[in-house]
Amino acid sequence: MEPETHIRVKNLNVYYGKDHVLRDVSINIPDKRVIVIIGPSGCGKTTLLRSFNRLVDTVDGVRVSGEVMVDEENIFDPHVELTHIRKKMGLLSQTPYPLPMSIYDNVAYGPRLHGIKDKKKLNSVVEHYLKIAGLWEEVKDKLHTPATQVSIGQQQRLCLARGLAVEPEIILADEPTSALDPKSSRHIEESFLRLKKDYTIIVVTHILRQARRLADYVIFLYCGELIEHGPARQVFESPREKMTREYIQGVIS
Amino acid sequence: MDRRRIEENIFKGLMIVSTIALCLILVLIVAAITFKGLPSMRLSMITQTPKGGFYLGKEGGILNAILGSIYLAGGATILALFLALPVVLYLNLYARRNGSIVRLVRFCLDVLWGIPSIVYGAFGFTIMLFFGLRASLLGGIITVALLILPIMCRAMDEVFSMVPRGLLEASYAVGATRWETALKVVVRQGLPGMITAVLIAFGRGIGDAASVIFTAGFSDAVPNSLFRPAATLPLAIFFQLGTPFPQVQNRAYASAFILTMIILFISITTRIVSRKYTRHIIK
Repeated sequence: MEPETHIRVKNLNVYYGKDHVLRDVSINIPDKRVIVIIGPSGCGKTTLLRSFNRLVDTVDGVRVSGEVMVDEENIFDPHVELTHIRKKMGLLSQTPYPLPMSIYDNVAYGPRLHGIKDKKKLNSVVEHYLKIAGLWEEVKDKLHTPATQVSIGQQQRLCLARGLAVEPEIILADEPTSALDPKSSRHIEESFLRLKKDYTIIVVTHILRQARRLADYVIFLYCGELIEHGPARQVFESPREKMTREYIQGVIS
Repeated sequence: MDRRRIEENIFKGLMIVSTIALCLILVLIVAAITFKGLPSMRLSMITQTPKGGFYLGKEGGILNAILGSIYLAGGATILALFLALPVVLYLNLYARRNGSIVRLVRFCLDVLWGIPSIVYGAFGFTIMLFFGLRASLLGGIITVALLILPIMCRAMDEVFSMVPRGLLEASYAVGATRWETALKVVVRQGLPGMITAVLIAFGRGIGDAASVIFTAGFSDAVPNSLFRPAATLPLAIFFQLGTPFPQVQNRAYASAFILTMIILFISITTRIVSRKYTRHIIK
């Protein structure tokens, strides 16, 4: 039985100039679990992730064909409202990028853009999402200090709170722990596991052990091609494809 | 081994000499205008307009030129800022990075930067003749704005191109439009750099004589209308030095001293102000 899905990718091809980065990828992303995209570097993991909220658009000379259906709407349709699509997804990048403003304003940034002006409402939104991201206790007394003054691990959780504050259904995370120390990484991983009952979380990682810890569902890409996807246990324990097995065993990288 | 050490020492010496020379030039300029100008410095220099015979006055002050310069450079800076900001935001947020349009615009800005200010003056004058305008504060403001526009654009361009892409993406990712991102993230992040750019442009504008000689003209009165001629400090210095009277010539150095002090004052205050805004900047 196919699980329910928000995101359906159909024959997605992405080119950067002459480079064919994603080759004919088709997949249904299951809902409300952690989906991990694995594969060697340069295989298109990040590009696939960034196709989901059309951040690939910001790359010069990019060309896309095929469809990414989010809630039955093809997001690559030229008539689509981009901000609306992006609002549905929170993004965590490799290095945290807090906005050049206070901790409070970082979380309130999205809600304000989307029309929440009421001070009390904003206060409660900020508190709520900082709590969800597991940061509230550490920053509640310095909400109005610059976001750059907290540690990098806290910054990444702040970015998570900022992303969640626009009430997305999906969290996109591109190697979200690669710049963090082990303890901060664990914080992030723990919040993913906590959040997966409410959100669909798509994580790109090149750390296989992290993939094993997090994944409910695994997507394996190699040279821009979707080699295998399926429930984590199946892919890790008994992969169908020889290439997947070799990658998991560390024969190819 | 020894040869390499000698090389190292020669190079080190060269660097030290150059750096000292640079600082010395500044000190000498300030010293020269201070020593030659201070004897003529009186409070009346900055509180009165020229008086007392001779061409451009051996008494009174240069209040007309001080205010004229501040109005003119201030007006030109504001005008240039309104033109520069959209250009720079377009180059860095909307246009394709390093696309042909962007390269063309940057090339134009570099060429414009290199055009001597007298050419801007002549150009401004031609335009004013075309519209039947006389030399006026407004004419000067527009001409100087054109003169400092490329400087401001390139300085701000440099600042905005340093804004990390991840920062833009972070803003896009929560559903911000480019305009919102420009206004709330890029301008904030670039604010200290923008202030510096504005300062550089203002300094260039207030110090330029050639572009205003035809377009703003000169007047002994404190400027009170955009459509009347206005005096400026560089021209005041030029005219004072050009007189055959030593008393008036010495006052040129006092004027130069005042001009330098104004620039110094603005430079220092902007630094203090911009420091206040750097606390949120993402490094």
